[in-house]
Amino acid sequence: MDQDFKIVVVETDRDRALQIVDALKDEGWRNIVVLGDATGLARKLDELNPDLVLIDLEDPNRDILEQVSTASDPQSRPVAMFVDRSDDEMTQAAMAAGLSAYVVGAPKPDRVRSVLKTAIARFQVMSQMRRELALAKQALVDRKTIDRAKGIVMRAKGVSEEQAYELLRKSAMSQNRKVIDVANALLTASDLLS
Amino acid sequence: MRDRVLNCGYVALVDSAPLIIAKELGFAADEGLSLNLLRQPSWAALRDLLSLGHLDVAHMLSPMPAAMSLGLSGAAVQIDAPLVMSANGTVLAASLALTGRLKSFGWRSGDTSPHSVVKALGRLLDSPLRVGVPFPHSMHRLLFEYLVQGLPSDARAQLTVVTMPPSLMADAVDRGEIDLFCVGEPWGTVATNSGVAELILPNNAIWAHAPEKVLGMARHWHERNDEACGAIMRAVCRACQWLDQPQNRPLASEILARSEHLDLPDQAIDPALTGRLLPGFGQKPWEISNFLKFHGEATTFPWRSQGAWIGAGLSALYDLDAATATHQAAECFRPDLYRRHLEKLHQDMPGASAKVEGALTDPRAVPSTRGQMILGPDAFFDGKTFEFDLQE
Repeated sequence: MDQDFKIVVVETDRDRALQIVDALKDEGWRNIVVLGDATGLARKLDELNPDLVLIDLEDPNRDILEQVSTASDPQSRPVAMFVDRSDDEMTQAAMAAGLSAYVVGAPKPDRVRSVLKTAIARFQVMSQMRRELALAKQALVDRKTIDRAKGIVMRAKGVSEEQAYELLRKSAMSQNRKVIDVANALLTASDLLS
Repeated sequence: MRDRVLNCGYVALVDSAPLIIAKELGFAADEGLSLNLLRQPSWAALRDLLSLGHLDVAHMLSPMPAAMSLGLSGAAVQIDAPLVMSANGTVLAASLALTGRLKSFGWRSGDTSPHSVVKALGRLLDSPLRVGVPFPHSMHRLLFEYLVQGLPSDARAQLTVVTMPPSLMADAVDRGEIDLFCVGEPWGTVATNSGVAELILPNNAIWAHAPEKVLGMARHWHERNDEACGAIMRAVCRACQWLDQPQNRPLASEILARSEHLDLPDQAIDPALTGRLLPGFGQKPWEISNFLKFHGEATTFPWRSQGAWIGAGLSALYDLDAATATHQAAECFRPDLYRRHLEKLHQDMPGASAKVEGALTDPRAVPSTRGQMILGPDAFFDGKTFEFDLQE
C-alpha cells in the first residue's frame, strides 16, 4: 500500500475512532491521523494536507469541512466531496452507512475506493451497534419508569406488584396506547399533584 | 386514499417552523400529505441527501439552491425555490472582548445602526478578526460581506470568514476561535444567555427584508411530482400564515420546543417569534419589528430579483462571471410555480415577478392580482438599490 496516502479521520468518540483506524490498518493503510477535537478543524486540515478525510454523516462539524472545500484561494488544493456522481453506488452505500468523505487534491480513484470500502464496512457495523445500544438504553429507562408507575399504583390502591402491572396494562389496552406511555402519563400527573 | 409521504429535511432552527407546523397542525394532511420530518445534523448533510433523492423537499438557506445549481456546493444539481419560508430572523453578535474594543472605538451597546458598527470595526481592523457563519452559502455570510464592503481593502483583508455550526457558535466564541458571528435564532439568544457574547445587530438592519430560508427541491423532482409540489407549497404557505398571527405564538413555541423538533426550552424560542431579544446581560431588550417574518407583505413570494441579488453576491465571493451567476440564481427562484400552485389558496400576489431590491424605506402599495397590496420596507442600510433586468 502507498504509505504516502494520508487519511484523516474526524471523530470525537475515541472508541469509534479506534475502530475505524484498526479497520484501515488491517487493510494495510498506515498513514492515518485522528482529529478527535473539532477546535481549529479547518486550520489543522490545512496543516495536515491529507488525501482523504472521513467524517460521520451525523457530525455537525461537517459544515466546517464545507468551508475547506469551497476555499476560493486558487493556490489551495482542491477539495471535492465524494458525492460527485461518478460513483453513485458507492456514494449511496457510504450514505446508508452514515459516512461522508472528502477527497483532497488530485484524484487517486483506486486508493479512494479501497479506503472507502473498508470504512463503509466498519461504519455499517458501528451503526448497527449504535442502534442496539440506543435500544438497550431506552429499554432500561422504560423499565425504570414502569417500575415507578407500578409503585404509585401499589401505594394508591393497596394492591400487589403483579396487580398494579395488570392495571397499567389494562388501561393501556383500553386506550390503545403502550404501557410505557401510560406509565409516563401517570408519573407526570403524580409529579404535578404531589 | 392513503396520504402521499414526503421526506422533508430541516435544520433545528426557529425558522424551520413552517414545516413543523404544517405537519403538526394538519395543513399537510389537508393536502393529502404525510410529512416525514428528518432533522439534519448539518447543512452539508441536508444538501447531500437532497441531491441524492433521500429527501424530497427541504428547509434551506436561501443561497443554497443557487450555490448547488452553480456547482459551488457538492455535485451540481438544479435546485429550485418556489416559496420563501421566512425573511430575516438572524443576528450579528460579538465576543465580550470584541464588544469592549468596539466601545473604545465609539460604538455603544444598544446602538443598532450598521453605520456605527462598521465605523468602529473599520477603526479596530489593524489586527485579524475571525467571523463565524453557519455555512459558506448563507444569507448570513452575504449580509456580512455586504455590511463590510465599504471598508478599505486593507481593513477587509483582516477579516477571515469561517464556518461554524450554529449550536457550536457559543463554544467557539468561548474558546477564542471566533470574534464575531452571524447566526439564526435561537443560537444568538443561547450565546448571550451563556454570557460569552453580545448581540450587535439584527441582520434586518443591514437589509430590511432578506429572504432567509426557502422551501427547496430538485428541479427534476418537482417536474415529475407536480401535484406533490403544489400540495407541500400550499401546506407550508398556510403554516406560514398561521405563524404570522401573534395569538398563535405561544402554541408555536410549545410545539417547536418538543424534543422531536428543536428540543429547546420555550424561552430560547420566544425571542425570535416576538422580536424581543436581550442583546446581553442587564441590557434593555431590543424590540425589532419584522424580526422573523413568515407571511404577509408577499414574504413567501420568491422574487426573481431576490435570487438575482444572491447570485450577484455569490459571484463576487467566488469570482464567477456576474451576469451568468446572477441570471442562473434568479432562475432558481420560481414565481411561476408560486402563482400556479398557490392560486387555490386565493391569496393576493404581486403583479410583477421582480422588484428593485432596496427601493422601499416605508411600506408601499403595489399592483397585485386582486388590485393592490402592501409591500413592507426592503431598504439596504447604505441606501443603495439593486436592479435586475428580468428577461422573460
